[in-house]
Amino acid sequence: MTQRIWYKPSKTLLTAITLVFVMVTGVRAELLIRITEGADSAIPVSVVPFAESGQMPAGDTVASIVQADLAMSGEFRTLPPEKMLSLPSRREEVYFRDWRLLGQRYVLVGSLTRSGDRVQARYELFDVNREERILGETAAAPASNMRSLAHHISDKVYESITGVPGVFSTQLAFVTLDSANGKPRYRLQVSDVDGKRARIRLESQEPILSPAWSPDGKRLAYVSFETGKPVIFVHELATGKRSKVADFPGLNSAPAWSDDGRSLLMTLSKDGNAEIYRMDLDTSQLTKLTNHWAIDTEANWDARGEGIFFTSDRSGGPQIYYMAEPGAEPRRITFGSRYNARPRAGSKGEFVYYVHQRGSAFHIARTDLETGEETILTRTESDESPSVAPNGRMLIYATDQNGTSVLTVISSDGGAAYSLPGSEGEVRDPVWGPLVR
Amino acid sequence: MKFSAQSKAFALLLSVGLVAGCSSTGGPTEDGEYGSDVGAVDQEGGSTVYGGDDQGGVSSSAMTEEERMAAREQAEQAALREVTVFYFDFDTAEIKPEARDVLVAHARYLANNPGQNVRLEGHADERGSKEYNLALGERRANAVQRFLIVNGASRGQLETVSYGEEKPAVMGSSESAWAQNRRVELVFE
Repeated sequence: MTQRIWYKPSKTLLTAITLVFVMVTGVRAELLIRITEGADSAIPVSVVPFAESGQMPAGDTVASIVQADLAMSGEFRTLPPEKMLSLPSRREEVYFRDWRLLGQRYVLVGSLTRSGDRVQARYELFDVNREERILGETAAAPASNMRSLAHHISDKVYESITGVPGVFSTQLAFVTLDSANGKPRYRLQVSDVDGKRARIRLESQEPILSPAWSPDGKRLAYVSFETGKPVIFVHELATGKRSKVADFPGLNSAPAWSDDGRSLLMTLSKDGNAEIYRMDLDTSQLTKLTNHWAIDTEANWDARGEGIFFTSDRSGGPQIYYMAEPGAEPRRITFGSRYNARPRAGSKGEFVYYVHQRGSAFHIARTDLETGEETILTRTESDESPSVAPNGRMLIYATDQNGTSVLTVISSDGGAAYSLPGSEGEVRDPVWGPLVR
Repeated sequence: MKFSAQSKAFALLLSVGLVAGCSSTGGPTEDGEYGSDVGAVDQEGGSTVYGGDDQGGVSSSAMTEEERMAAREQAEQAALREVTVFYFDFDTAEIKPEARDVLVAHARYLANNPGQNVRLEGHADERGSKEYNLALGERRANAVQRFLIVNGASRGQLETVSYGEEKPAVMGSSESAWAQNRRVELVFE
């Protein structure tokens, strides 16, 4: 498996990342990381290659994974090791003056020690201006699991600097579509947040749509057409056990979990028209939450798990609505254009994110729920399926770049970050998994 | 290339009229795209006899004339029914005026053949959100279903399914591809 990292500074020296998503035969998918552009306010951080004692597993080094994680957030600009003046691995070796000279704000140093099947990491993060250590910890993992160890360190570093939990140990679910033997091949996949370690969880000749993570990150709900029509399944990832939870006449679609993982919002048209229901997963009992001749779909809980955002075309075209509690009278949120759909709540409750049509283009936009102010976040033009990271700082969506289907991550205020383009076929319906402590 | 339901029906009527008039033994029309085999049309009309004699145009009795009208009517209806795909404007489920005659022909046929079932497959173009498009495809299929029922088909003959934007008829991201993908297909079972 190849992995290369290249840096292409733009005129303004901004950085962002492109993950080139390469489908390979078999169960694994492969990614190449490319950093091209990023946010203006990116904080300069140096991740110094870690000292090693004992045999380390082949593959990407822990420091290179940490560096890529921090860069992909769009909030950091990392210094390539070849530009470093020294390669310290502990406090006594850190000369702050050198790092100041290089314009660095933070420096991460560390070392890895192999003992048996495990590798222990000891790492320290320094604030260059204050000449202070702001983080010093050890962590260990099986030698076969260096990526998890690295993502853990990235999370700690990210949180120490920003005060917000990192999301590098979380997972993505997405669906790829290509063809095999002249037939469409849909594959539901789960990967690390950098696209690595992708695993196929379901493969079908019929469409798979709308994966949704349970709050504990152990199950996915999704829509599968494998029986010839849209049916909602819940899939336990550890065992592969699947159960059909909604198979009524008409649509069974748009599943969304409640915070306690015990119920799903869903769209059913069993009574003739797309309406939003809540299903208790223990009893399969349904509560109807909308009742309107229009299409009501794409329900999603707000940040507090109390109110529900959804798409309805009751005004004549699709718009975002909000009901303050299940079944309450909906309030229209979007007015800025004739097409706004697929709402996803931000993690802190200030914003709702959605697909927004402007002229002939479809962008991702957000509305400030207090002021009603709408901001278009993307420059791409056929955007779908926004999903907000559990820390609220990033958002992933599906789009098209020069005819290639890609997943793109942006910071939640719109700064560019990175893309995972499908080299063959399409990659779609990305959904960011929960923070699991 | 895209033809409206109306222009397809018109082309078929032309070809049927032409062949009937010439008493051809039947065969594919010049445009194979429609798959319109006039032999099949004649079989459904239950008559392959007129032609050579009629070209004289003198000696048909009233009875023959009536039969002939009926046969022609049936041939026309069958030709209309060759069209099984109906197109929609962006984000609408409104049946276009030019689709109405064709759908009426389908409804009459279903009324006359109660054992015949049909699946109405609703589709949307790729733009916008997948789940909304799933509901939009269903709304389109439902609109066609209602139209067929109003015109004589019975609910039990009609099954609807929406594929949303998942099964485009034409790949690509152009106005023309989108127009061909916003559709309801009638699939006879």
